[in-house]
Amino acid sequence: MKNNDTSRRDFLATALLAGVASGCSSNNPFDPGDNKKVPSGEMVKLLSVDGEIIEVDKAFLNPVPEVPTLTNSEERIGIEGKKFVMVIDLSRCKNVGACKVACNHAHHLNPGQNWIKIHAMEDAEHTAPYWQPTTCMHCDEPPCVKVCPVDATFKRKDGIVLIDNERCIGCRFCMAACPYSTRVFNWQEPILEEKIATQHYSCETSVPQKIGTVSKCDFCPDMARKGELPHCVSACPNGVYFFGDMNEDSVTNGAETFRFSDLIKDKAGYRLMEDLGTKPRVYYLPPVNRNFPFESGLEKDTTEKNNSK
Amino acid sequence: METSTTLTNEIITNDLLPQKFGKRGMIWTGILIAFCVVGAFAYYMQLKNGLSVTAMRDYVSWGIYISNFVFFVAISLVGSLITAVFRLANVKWSTPLTRIAEIIAVSAIFFASLIIIVDMGRPERLFNLFVYGRLQSPIMWDVIVITTYFFISLLLLFFPLLPDLKILISSKEVLGKSFSKLYRFLGSFWKGTRLQDKLNKRAVNILCIIIIPVAFCIHTVTSWLFATTYRPGWDSTNFGAYFISGAFLVGAGGVLVAMYVFRKVYALEKYITTLHFDKMGRIVVLLALLYLYFNVNEYLVPAFKMKKSEEAHLTGLFTGEYAPLFWFAILAGMIIPIFILIFKRGRNPLPAFIAGILVVVGAWFKRFLIVTPTLLHPFLPMTDVPESYKHYFPSWQEWAIAMGSLAGALLVITFFARIFPIIPIQETINEQHETGNK
Ligand code: SF4
Ligand code: SF4
Repeated sequence: MKNNDTSRRDFLATALLAGVASGCSSNNPFDPGDNKKVPSGEMVKLLSVDGEIIEVDKAFLNPVPEVPTLTNSEERIGIEGKKFVMVIDLSRCKNVGACKVACNHAHHLNPGQNWIKIHAMEDAEHTAPYWQPTTCMHCDEPPCVKVCPVDATFKRKDGIVLIDNERCIGCRFCMAACPYSTRVFNWQEPILEEKIATQHYSCETSVPQKIGTVSKCDFCPDMARKGELPHCVSACPNGVYFFGDMNEDSVTNGAETFRFSDLIKDKAGYRLMEDLGTKPRVYYLPPVNRNFPFESGLEKDTTEKNNSK
Repeated sequence: METSTTLTNEIITNDLLPQKFGKRGMIWTGILIAFCVVGAFAYYMQLKNGLSVTAMRDYVSWGIYISNFVFFVAISLVGSLITAVFRLANVKWSTPLTRIAEIIAVSAIFFASLIIIVDMGRPERLFNLFVYGRLQSPIMWDVIVITTYFFISLLLLFFPLLPDLKILISSKEVLGKSFSKLYRFLGSFWKGTRLQDKLNKRAVNILCIIIIPVAFCIHTVTSWLFATTYRPGWDSTNFGAYFISGAFLVGAGGVLVAMYVFRKVYALEKYITTLHFDKMGRIVVLLALLYLYFNVNEYLVPAFKMKKSEEAHLTGLFTGEYAPLFWFAILAGMIIPIFILIFKRGRNPLPAFIAGILVVVGAWFKRFLIVTPTLLHPFLPMTDVPESYKHYFPSWQEWAIAMGSLAGALLVITFFARIFPIIPIQETINEQHETGNK
């Protein structure tokens, strides 16, 4: 994974700080209610906020229950120097649905909610049918962001479009505006485990979901911060999804890495509904020289075929 | 001055002073209150369980709440039509209708904003609109113009009321003590001096001038809520004009209905005459023709081309699932009223009243047809969603809330007519004098 190496350095500081927070909460040997603390003599090295290494007696470490590692404004800016992009190779898709399962699981989506939708497409009567997975396109001219009255849906510098569930008023204008129908609404109180439900909401993980607000594919920026690939990319057994950074001009599906511009050029990549001017960040490679016949995924799909583009 | 054709000031005042509810009034108010209570209960359920109590889902994410909102905004435009446009055009006969139109406008716009809050997934975060509001969103434009329009309409209701308040205060014996406190609170500063009169006239004139652009804005912006998206059926450059013409039509139809009802209930035959029905009828015909013209633009032009993205939407309306509703809305909302009102006999009170009802009911369904079918025809197929997401029929809670809001608007109008003269007394007197002097 080429983009990992460069990003790893960026993540180091954050990761270490996060380590402090989570480290003390997970293996804290002391009772948090104990206020008469005796120095144990055992020193722990820590990285201070200014980047210096400091030593603290273990006894004085207090567990921090659950600290958001990023502030809302940091989440709104995005990851420095990145321009995330996704490529979906339609010739490899067999409607396995592993991407969807992994995504739903990682984001604790409720039954019936899917951020990834695998459409059975047929452009015209006599053209060949194919499977088309769709995620949020993270448009560069996102209609959903334009119409949001309270800036709950926002576009980051690294190209990712995210939702702030703490701010969304649930007007659903963004759902009407998104031509790719990728947005999902929490019509009722989401069913979540206690542990998840009480978490602090983070725009980057989109967890936990909240009643009366929208959600959608977020490109897994929390994984990107860790230098890892989005869940759908690593889950797909056929390597349909490629994820990467336009600034580095590379995309990878975990097994293969390509130069993004070459891949798009060689395989005639395109974007959906170009005529609308939304400038998506998700590119598609046409379903030519297929790895699987279309029929091989049909048994999984009971929905009717639709003739629209 | 009191010729046989003119009425004395006393008769006018006595005729027009607000009257107690009779038995019919009590029943009517009772029914309205019952509707409101059921609506409020349904809303309580919605607050408790979230919007899942509605039949809206990810595809049809806007349902009858939003169509009801558009309907309210549309009918509220009548205030500016009757009061401002007619006043500036120096149309004199509309005087008895101005207050009816204004109170329809005020109560409709008030309930329009309420129903929008009902539609929100997170109503408790309403203040976010003011804390984080961003001007690029058409919703913010709507918030701004609706507020502006509401206050202008309120003032347009209040200023012409001032001279009448003086009359109301002075006829305490007839009206009872409790109300006269309210009248004094509202209008005791009004002495009716020449200066006050002049200022009041000026103020009303200024308001009439500014309300027209604001009225155009409010409904244009509401149409833009739809037209700024890419959806087939909404993606139209015709939408602003289309909505405005439809709004004037339903407003005028609403006034026809209200005229008939008030005339019957309060025995106002001397003030709301057949002449008024005749004139309003002509106006409705004109507006219905205009709206029909915009409808042809809105549907025929895309139907001629039948672009792929529009195809499902248009065939759904013309011959598909929504055809009965669509043709009902076109026939009842425009064509039949035109046929009734184009004839002189059709402009008599009763047929005109029926035409008015048809216009209003047709218009309500028309709003439903503008909002819902489009959402059922997205660009990409509906995949990986539960079966219930692919259809929309409002749940009882939605019906209850929508009907409750309509009942609420009628209730406001009813109470207003109980407390204040629904036909301006002072203006009627003045006009009597003018015509009497001639
Ligand atoms: S695909 Fe839809 S939700 Fe995603 S950025 Fe574009 S408009 Fe917004
Ligand atoms: S539903 Fe939420 S995210 Fe969408 S436009 Fe409304 S406030 Fe913004």
